[in-house]
Amino acid sequence: MTGNSQKKRQSASFDTGRRLRPYTWLLRHLQVALASLGRFTRSPLSSLMTAAVIAIALTLPTGLHLLLNNLQLLSDSWDGATSISIFIRQEVEPQRLGQLVSRLHTKPGIDGVRLITKEQALEEFQQLSGFSGALEALEENPLPPVVVVTSRLETPEQAQALLAELEQLKETDFAQLDMQWVRRFQAITDIAQRAILVLASLLGAAVLLVVVNTIRLEIQNRHAEIEITKQIGGTDAFIRRPFLYMGVWYGLFGGVIAWLLVLLSLRLLEAPVAHLAGLYQSGFSLIGMDTPTLLVLIGGSTLLGLVGSWIAVGRHLAGIEPD
Amino acid sequence: MIHFDNVTKRYPGGHTGLSNASFHIGQGEMVFLTGHSGAGKSTLLKLIGLLERSTGGQVRVAGRNLTRMKQRQIPYHRREVGMIFQDHRLLNDRTVFDNVAMPLIVAGLGHTEIGRRVRAALDKVGLLNREKAYPITLSGGEQQRVGIARAVVSKPPVVLADEPTGNLDPDLSREIMHLFEQFNQVGVTLIIASHDLELIRPMQRRILTLNQGRLESDDR
Repeated sequence: MTGNSQKKRQSASFDTGRRLRPYTWLLRHLQVALASLGRFTRSPLSSLMTAAVIAIALTLPTGLHLLLNNLQLLSDSWDGATSISIFIRQEVEPQRLGQLVSRLHTKPGIDGVRLITKEQALEEFQQLSGFSGALEALEENPLPPVVVVTSRLETPEQAQALLAELEQLKETDFAQLDMQWVRRFQAITDIAQRAILVLASLLGAAVLLVVVNTIRLEIQNRHAEIEITKQIGGTDAFIRRPFLYMGVWYGLFGGVIAWLLVLLSLRLLEAPVAHLAGLYQSGFSLIGMDTPTLLVLIGGSTLLGLVGSWIAVGRHLAGIEPD
Repeated sequence: MIHFDNVTKRYPGGHTGLSNASFHIGQGEMVFLTGHSGAGKSTLLKLIGLLERSTGGQVRVAGRNLTRMKQRQIPYHRREVGMIFQDHRLLNDRTVFDNVAMPLIVAGLGHTEIGRRVRAALDKVGLLNREKAYPITLSGGEQQRVGIARAVVSKPPVVLADEPTGNLDPDLSREIMHLFEQFNQVGVTLIIASHDLELIRPMQRRILTLNQGRLESDDR
């Protein structure tokens, strides 16, 4: 090598501001990503166990979230109508019941009136409750007739006023506003939603810690390699990269396994839910994993993997210097 | 090529690795560094490779002032300085080829270019037929030659060797020194630390002698 050519090469290679072409950059990232994946699969059992821990932590909030979604769907299927059930005193004669129904029909603010006689009530109860044997043993029908009034009242106050009015009828034993139950149910699901959010945050933090610790061990195992790479001029970004990809792979696999676990759980719930829906004469069936939830699950767990490995790398890589 | 101006390295705890050392090594020179163990040979080499920073004075390599070099520039400086250690520092879970290829991968070279250069370097140290072997299966002399191949594969203008023949018998040591002379013939600046005066005196090169961190003599 002549002195001249040496000088030229020198000035070309010592250039800290050098940027790789996008294609080369992408190719190098791809190589590192695949190399990290290779490392991941070289010890499949331990990798899988870590991914499974992540998956189980993520399955719980995801599953609960889906369950809640289903419950909310159930309450949404109530139309906006307010419905009031009037339980009639046992001693009221059937003729007076007929009169009551036609009187209610003409009342302003009431859209529909449906009479469920003692007999109909008994029949329905026998069919659906499974207590048919017990009911047959009774000498007389214990169920009261019910008049169901539906109304398209706008506000809860109006509904309350109507309820109060109907409670005053002398045929009424007691009257119940069915909307109330729906509202309470919604309030409960709101609480549940919040609780799931808290749970998801806690378990997300657990996933983060699992990744931090796993990557920390990986860094320890590759101590010699990191030292030599630093000594021969590997930049921090170069040394960091395989560990970041490692974290991403853990997160991604954890997310995918969590998805499979949720699918499996839903499958196990399918038959009992169909049975329950049948008891309520409903065609209700569980809705599975929707795309947004799936994206949040997989994307979120991948992000947790990346952030976790970033934390581990930031804390432990700087401490390794060649000597 | 390498300038030391009143360079001092004091370690935390008060131990002085190097004190007030001043010398200049020109481009293409081959210099031996000698002295007892603990005299500061390793410290001096580490300061050139920026594995450590001086606590006083100024170190310049190829026109770059190492004293003021920013942290993020250090890796690029280290690529210009090949280092060889007594204990080789090879990775035992990788083949000879992969060990030697490391500096080129770090520098971001293409696949075919890496293959070409690694084989050229292995050919030079006489280990072309062992590229698929693992370092642990090689003899001490062979392992040292893999370490040398790794240090020169990216053709750095400066190569530093810290007791490269410390674990080798005299014949193998002479072989290694012959290899260094060959690199020097193509323009590489070499600094070789060795306490083995019987080995280095006959080579009739410049010898820097350190004693307790001080530059005692500079024999050309």
